[in-house]
Amino acid sequence: MNKVIYKEQLSEDVFLMRLEAPLIAEEREAGQFIMLQIDEDFGERIPLTIADADEKEGSITIIFQIVGKSTKELAKFKVGDFIPTLVGPLGKPTHIENFGTVVCIGGGIGVAPLHPIAQALKKAGNHVITIIGARNKDLIILEKEMDAIADELIICTDDGSYGRKALVTEPLKEICERDPKPNMAIAIGPPVMMKFCSETTKPYKVFTQVSLNTIMVDGTGMCGGCRVNVGDEVKFVCVDGPEFDGHKVDFDNMITRLGSYKKIEHDKSECNLEKEAAKKEAEL
Amino acid sequence: MSYHSPEKIQKSAVENLNEVKKKEVLKPKDRMAIPAQEMPNQDPVQRAKNLEEVSIGYSAEQAQLEAMRCLQCKKAKCINDCPVGIDIPGFIKEIADGNFQEAINIIKNTSLLPAICGRVCPQETQCQMACTVGIGLKDIEKAVAIGRLERFVADWERATGNVRIPQVKAATGKKIAVVGSGPAGLVVAADVRREGHDVTIFEAFHKLGGVMRYGIPEFRLPNDIVDEEIETLKKMGVKVETNFVVGRTRKLVDLINKDGYDAVFVGTGAGLPMFMGIPGENLVGVFSANEYLTRANLMRAFDKDHADTPIYASKKVAVLGGGNVAMDAARMALRLGAEKVSVVYRRTEKEMPARNEEIEHAKEEGIEFNFLQNPKRIIGTDDGRVKAMECLRYQLGEPDASGRRRPIVIEGSEFIMDVDTVLVSIGNGSNPLISQTTPALGVNKWGNIVVNDEQKSSVNKIYAGGDIVLGAATVILAMGEGRRAAAAINKQLSDELKA
Ligand SMILES: Cc1cc2nc3c(=O)[nH]c(=O)nc-3n(C[C@H](O)[C@H](O)[C@H](O)COP(=O)(O)OP(=O)(O)OC[C@H]3O[C@@H](n4cnc5c(N)ncnc54)[C@H](O)[C@@H]3O)c2cc1C
Ligand SMILES: Cc1cc2nc3c(=O)[nH]c(=O)nc-3n(C[C@H](O)[C@H](O)[C@H](O)COP(=O)(O)OP(=O)(O)OC[C@H]3O[C@@H](n4cnc5c(N)ncnc54)[C@H](O)[C@@H]3O)c2cc1C
Ligand code: SF4
Ligand code: SF4
Ligand code: FES
Repeated sequence: MNKVIYKEQLSEDVFLMRLEAPLIAEEREAGQFIMLQIDEDFGERIPLTIADADEKEGSITIIFQIVGKSTKELAKFKVGDFIPTLVGPLGKPTHIENFGTVVCIGGGIGVAPLHPIAQALKKAGNHVITIIGARNKDLIILEKEMDAIADELIICTDDGSYGRKALVTEPLKEICERDPKPNMAIAIGPPVMMKFCSETTKPYKVFTQVSLNTIMVDGTGMCGGCRVNVGDEVKFVCVDGPEFDGHKVDFDNMITRLGSYKKIEHDKSECNLEKEAAKKEAEL
Repeated sequence: MSYHSPEKIQKSAVENLNEVKKKEVLKPKDRMAIPAQEMPNQDPVQRAKNLEEVSIGYSAEQAQLEAMRCLQCKKAKCINDCPVGIDIPGFIKEIADGNFQEAINIIKNTSLLPAICGRVCPQETQCQMACTVGIGLKDIEKAVAIGRLERFVADWERATGNVRIPQVKAATGKKIAVVGSGPAGLVVAADVRREGHDVTIFEAFHKLGGVMRYGIPEFRLPNDIVDEEIETLKKMGVKVETNFVVGRTRKLVDLINKDGYDAVFVGTGAGLPMFMGIPGENLVGVFSANEYLTRANLMRAFDKDHADTPIYASKKVAVLGGGNVAMDAARMALRLGAEKVSVVYRRTEKEMPARNEEIEHAKEEGIEFNFLQNPKRIIGTDDGRVKAMECLRYQLGEPDASGRRRPIVIEGSEFIMDVDTVLVSIGNGSNPLISQTTPALGVNKWGNIVVNDEQKSSVNKIYAGGDIVLGAATVILAMGEGRRAAAAINKQLSDELKA
């Protein structure tokens, strides 16, 4: 049972909540996630990244987008309500060190998991370049927080309603062409976005880390539902990840697997990049 | 064996019992002549569509008759072959005499979870294997049905509504952490708590019971039974913390160093399901049996109207593997509406590790068995879903290290099997979560925690047992290890208290 102690609506269907979870707040590191259920008997266990934590208050922050039943119900929880089931921190923490210059690319809700990583990277002494992308102005989250961390902040919208009218891959490519090129990139967002970011950096040999959001059941390595192909190996995202080398991840298979239950659930999270990608693939 | 209705079985039991009771003394010959009592089961056609328990359990008459078959051997070999050493002739005699309460009391002196073991123990390879009656009749199926009798008295006690809560000694001020709430953990909790120590169980999931909850399906082991055992523990004062992943929510050693636990027992079970490593294994529609059963059992996906967790809608299912887990997955798929379910196994029925009873039940329900076959690759549709499986045929060669004849592929024997779902059930590796986050803990090359004969690990005050030590084993073996660990923990604590 974890109490909701703060709630804020960040955009039309994105919410931020601070939840009481003292032990998790103490142990968590950047890159880790929790799983929660909105009903102990019948609820689904949904994974959400720990976007921030406050050890003194004993709280963690989650930022989530309404995409289906569980997130829709979760958005109805009010301050003072209790989340019946919440477990974490799960997954391996992000490996943080001073790499030099790191490009952090966040797409849509992906900015939420990116934030604690960018923060940790900055703290470790990196030069942090941040690219935030969204469909339109209203869907941009955490701009202020990211601005506070980043040495350079680039904002793109698909419709040009704010910042540059571009997909995040455009500025990413430009940055890769700089001399010296960045030492590393981290991309978090819709799978298609991570796929194209990885493809963008590959010719420049800029190591690109991605954080995969596969379907999960237990989150502790017991079911194998979260498995993905990484290079020649099969990895379990919940215990081996969630972060992997984007140049090795088989995104197409991952995207297919995310649609396993599509008949039963509908997908609102489709972004223009996905449509763009579909078009691109149709042309080929 | 053909199916007999519970009514018919009961009728002949009543007749037989009256017949036997006419005799003043029962000589061994008379006892051997009593027909072995068949377990009454739900009708196969009906049960394949529901989740209720397949086996209904003995009636009192059947239990008494079956108990009378026991010869009360002086050197009762059955006891040696029970991993927890239950006084088998002792409790069976009480059943034969109609003293059911006394019978359950005797069992509970050594076993904590009789309603569970009576249901899921592989009795035919344990206590019943050495039974004199079975040996005398040259048929292991005709051994005294020790497990069914155990189940009968445990169910009888539950039905009376006053299950005895074990006595707990005065508080000692020592506190113990039990990691994992499978059978190993539950037994440790009970045995340590009895001595008056403070016990907290930490469980990663939101519900307790381990594999008994998320793996073994309702139709073989109803959740109510697991719940009742856990209730008993809670009444004894055992505390539980669900949604607590040791290694992540708290490091194992921190339980001792920061939280002041005097000892920790690790019973985290097997984990990581294995896959075949063949092409197509990541297509949509390929699941580990663990995932499939967890969705169905723990997440209650069988209850499609209420559960948020979806389960794949299948028509033609192939189950890979030949153990209990494979049988459970196959039978669950059938109950979730699959039209055709086939078990694909590399060897023959004789080599299958699943219990005979489970194989028979699966057959009765209409599960197909494809022996001496194994998939080569799984074939998908354009949108990445399973549509077929290419298989190879095998023949048996020389026995391998496990003593089982090794399957040898028949070259060029490829054929296509139409399926839309593949459930992989070829075993589990060990869960690396605890060992990864506890570098000092000694593990073997398979990742199983290494312990001494008191279940002590390489780290002071940390004990381990069950599947995390044994690799995928059984409920009763896990309990046996739990017992041993609890004894060692109790000794450590009492030494500390004396010091
Ligand atoms: C490690 C990890 C971290 C995550 N962190 C966040 C986060 O910080 N904020 C956030 O909003 N979301 C995050 N997600 C995604 C989030 O878990 C899903 O959005 C959520 O499970 C959807 O549940 P639902 O019942 O609302 O929707 P459902 O009804 O289950 O699904 C709606 C649609 O979303 C798709 N979907 C289902 N599961 C996932 C999934 N795991 N990822 C992506 N799409 C999915 C399905 O294709 C479906 O069509 C994370 C996922 C993972 C694995
Ligand atoms: C489908 C299936 C059918 C089976 N059928 C039979 C049968 O008929 N007869 C039989 O005798 N045996 C059967 N078995 C095997 C039997 O269930 C196991 O051998 C037994 O449950 C092992 O007990 P355990 O206590 O070691 O662990 P488990 O029962 O595996 O329990 C371990 C518990 O620890 C929890 N855990 C894991 N990691 C952590 C962590 N880091 N922190 C906190 N908690 C954690 C898990 O969530 C789990 O609840 C079957 C197994 C399966 C999967
Ligand atoms: S071996 Fe069989 S007959 Fe002998 S005591 Fe045990 S159960 Fe009874
Ligand atoms: S616990 Fe298992 S092995 Fe022991 S007597 Fe009971 S059924 Fe047989
Ligand atoms: S979610 Fe089950 S193994 Fe990763």
